[in-house]
Amino acid sequence: MLNKLVANADEAVKDIRDGATIMLGGFGLCGIPENCITALVKSGVKNLTCISNNAGVDDFGIGKMLQTRQVKKMVSSYVGENAEFERQLLSGELEVELIPQGTLATRCLATGYGMPAIFTPAGVGTEVAIGKEIREFNGKQYLLEMAFDSDFAIVKAWKGDTHGNLIFRETARNFNPMMAMAGKITIAEVEELVPAGELDPDCIHTPGIYVNRIFQGVNYEKRIEQVTTRLKS
Amino acid sequence: MLDKFGIAKRIAKELKDGYYVNLGIGIPTLVANYVPDGIEVVLQSENGLLGIGPFPFADEVDPDLINAGKQTVTTTIGSSFFDSALSFGMIRSGRVDLTVLGAMEVAENGDIANWKIPGKMVKGMGGAMDLVAAAKNIIVAMQHVDKKGNSKLLKRCSLPITGLGCVKKVVTELGVFDIVPEGFQLLERAPGITVEYIREKTEGHLLVVGEIPEMVI
Repeated sequence: MLNKLVANADEAVKDIRDGATIMLGGFGLCGIPENCITALVKSGVKNLTCISNNAGVDDFGIGKMLQTRQVKKMVSSYVGENAEFERQLLSGELEVELIPQGTLATRCLATGYGMPAIFTPAGVGTEVAIGKEIREFNGKQYLLEMAFDSDFAIVKAWKGDTHGNLIFRETARNFNPMMAMAGKITIAEVEELVPAGELDPDCIHTPGIYVNRIFQGVNYEKRIEQVTTRLKS
Repeated sequence: MLDKFGIAKRIAKELKDGYYVNLGIGIPTLVANYVPDGIEVVLQSENGLLGIGPFPFADEVDPDLINAGKQTVTTTIGSSFFDSALSFGMIRSGRVDLTVLGAMEVAENGDIANWKIPGKMVKGMGGAMDLVAAAKNIIVAMQHVDKKGNSKLLKRCSLPITGLGCVKKVVTELGVFDIVPEGFQLLERAPGITVEYIREKTEGHLLVVGEIPEMVI
């Protein structure tokens, strides 16, 4: 019998130890695993390497783990919305590896596809290319980028079932499906958890084989970074 | 001289019917407001949306639906959602017809720098390096000079490079420039701006062929 259900975020992250490498899904604050981030702050685990497109804002998302100094290194593509991040980085308290967004996504994909590396044109001729193999194909240069090796991946989905099948919603999908495929252990928190059989197999974004633990999250805040609206005329 | 809305309006004239377009953050985002009548373009947002609609009304704001600038948006007729790997798959494989982005510096050989000021700004490149490495047609929207009055159209970029030899066209508050083998070829002057003034504000090689028309926007 498949047994992937865990009671809550605390149980889901309880074996994440000091020094672990974890991936966290989301783009900005959209589609981030809010419950697990709260649980990690509560657990006090330290020296984490976090692979995530962004680093949250000062008081939400991964920013909460930066405030408690639980993060040793961030691997991200864009960290512009977080003043505490910038302060820790410029003072040398935090390591950062900035990598192109498409490279970040595709390195996750490579892991989930069982491929050791990819070639991408992104970063050729830039400091991203330093120390990396360059290969020419059809007259154009490409960088060799390695698949990720991550102890855990933590993702957030809209719906999930007890077999770990996941469905994401709108642009909250972003990095979640690729990170779900790229963790040695993948934890999924979902807004709505249903018994296996209730989700349409044609509509599954992430097949349950990639998911080791699943639970229904609570109290989603879903904070918006930039509320932009137009007026009804 | 153009303001940022003028720059966006001028770039919008480069849009063609049926284009898939990726607009960067800042002035490039404004281009969406000036799509010429009678043509249809589909806007790509690299966080996983094809077919960006207008900003939502206050009562339809949805935290799950944002653009790459993290602003709330809507979908439009024919929209689709996808993950980040597929998003950059469509970018790298050349499906996006036009990319418009901002820059701190552009060099006369088409190099662009727009992601890092060493020791000062730490933000990251986001999707810019992927976009400039693969896009067929890249237009840069930017101010011609920095706050100290130094030219941003240079012989060589001084800041860390985002991509090599990739920029095709630059639109600033002073004019429209194509990147050609000789440097920045001036195509149009902004209203009220002389060729001499543009030459004075351009550090990179400026190519002026014949009479340069004032742009119509």
